[in-house]
Amino acid sequence: MNLQLKACDIRKDIITLIHRAKTGHIGGDLSVTDILVALYYKHLNVTPENTADPNRDRFILSKGHSVESLYCVLADCGFFPKEDLKTYSAYASKYIGHPNNKINGIEMNTGSLGHGLSVGVGMALAGKMDRLDYRVYAVMGDGEMEEGSVWEAVTAGAHYKLDNLTAFVDRNHLQISGTTENIMMQDKQEERWAAFGWHVISVLGNDIDALDEAITEAKTTKGMPTVIIANTTKGCGVSFMENQAGWHHRVPTDAEYEQAINELNQRRAQYE
Amino acid sequence: MNKIANKQEICNVLLEASAQDKDIIVLCSDSRGSASLADFAKKRPAQFVEVGIAEQNLVSISAGLASCGKKAFAVSPASFLTTRSMEQAKVDVAYSNTNVSLIGISGGVSYGALGMTHHSANDIAAMASIPNMRVYLPSDHLQTGKLIQALLQDEKPAYVRVGRNAVEPIYDAATISFEMDRAMVVNEGQDVTIIACGEMVKPAKDAAMLLRSKGIMARVLDMYCVKPIDEAAVIKAAKETKAIVTVEEHTIYGGLGSMVSQITAAHYPTKVINMALPDAPVVTGKSQEVFDHYGLNAEGIAKTVMELI
Repeated sequence: MNLQLKACDIRKDIITLIHRAKTGHIGGDLSVTDILVALYYKHLNVTPENTADPNRDRFILSKGHSVESLYCVLADCGFFPKEDLKTYSAYASKYIGHPNNKINGIEMNTGSLGHGLSVGVGMALAGKMDRLDYRVYAVMGDGEMEEGSVWEAVTAGAHYKLDNLTAFVDRNHLQISGTTENIMMQDKQEERWAAFGWHVISVLGNDIDALDEAITEAKTTKGMPTVIIANTTKGCGVSFMENQAGWHHRVPTDAEYEQAINELNQRRAQYE
Repeated sequence: MNKIANKQEICNVLLEASAQDKDIIVLCSDSRGSASLADFAKKRPAQFVEVGIAEQNLVSISAGLASCGKKAFAVSPASFLTTRSMEQAKVDVAYSNTNVSLIGISGGVSYGALGMTHHSANDIAAMASIPNMRVYLPSDHLQTGKLIQALLQDEKPAYVRVGRNAVEPIYDAATISFEMDRAMVVNEGQDVTIIACGEMVKPAKDAAMLLRSKGIMARVLDMYCVKPIDEAAVIKAAKETKAIVTVEEHTIYGGLGSMVSQITAAHYPTKVINMALPDAPVVTGKSQEVFDHYGLNAEGIAKTVMELI
């Protein structure tokens, strides 16, 4: 499968979903897309058929506001009909604005930042206890690193030598009010995680091949958990959304929607 | 005099059950000693997880374990467990519906003169306000044991609060009856009903004895199941007795008294007096001194009843 093409298609689905529902966190959705594509189409041993298998890999979208990206990937992978997403954010729908584990394929409810890695530590510990070889992946935002509870989980992950646990930091340098650097200093992420005892891999987070290699390296790293600092672009793939804090959760107008789809079609053509 | 603290009984039940059931996992936040779980940690090291002084992590890790099929018991002082980790209890336990029992030890004013940082006088309000979170305050070690056994049989979130020290038993080991989510009638009476939970059941029971000597027959309900509260028992008490007095080791707002009042107001309006801790930092003292100061003892309860009817 051509994962670059897949990522383009998922981005189009995300923008269509948000444009139709008039709500969503579009900037973070587009920055995290390649991480989700690399995981779901290449690495995770999770399928619509094995969601009850004790040895399935576990995925937690700790930056739960990027749920539109996850919905589009899960729907494309067949966890639920794409048609279901027409109810996204509508009255009485289970497809709400953050992950909901009443939906097939979603393990835990998230949306309050700073929980997912701790939950992942619990899942990884359970795997060690049961001598199962499944892996646990938790994806966080870089603004999320401001939550103190994240560092409780980072400490515990290293303490218990959870080499079955991989964290991602979607390092797009933006949060809702501006740059992460202006809101609260987030520099030296690599050194911070390394100091806590994690194996650190820093990659271009919108480069699927680089992500693929990093995930493979995490799988073969023993005795310590791995963090992949994914240096991404918020709004990646749509020129006027890229690196704009304002697109954290703006909804595209009809004209902007058309332009975004056109740009993604052009991007797609480059990969064909 | 009983020497088994409720928290010790929790350890005893979990220790016994975990010999057969390897999915029982106990987690502590540097609290194994104060939780009476040192024995568990020593005898079941593979089923014990230390998270250090990190209560938020304690609750989320428990939820992660539970989502992978474990029966997680997160044990930590009630004050820190319920409000410092309230967000994790809400999202990772209740909302995600994971099989986690949050065990709040040294609850209420157990820590006495250590002060308000260590008191959990608002834990019922905090936990009961979370959808899908049950709240239990067992009254003695025998009931505590029955409750933990019952919790091992289901897979739903729960918060259990127990005190620090051994308390005199309410029940007899040979005759104790226990039904999940049903109030226990500790004393029969038709004049007034005293509804208590946790360690306030004992003074409520003693108050009934004092009242009997004055010709007042008080019904005493052990409402260990604060949520889901036994509505039928409350309504029955409202109908069959002249008034209700609630007694709890909790702030006056949002606890047992508030819930009982809500039920009676909706279903059978009757006079309800709430005996509880004030909406203020409590007086400095050992827990019994605190109870005596606010009249949360047999004499104080009896006096309130006599003024009422």
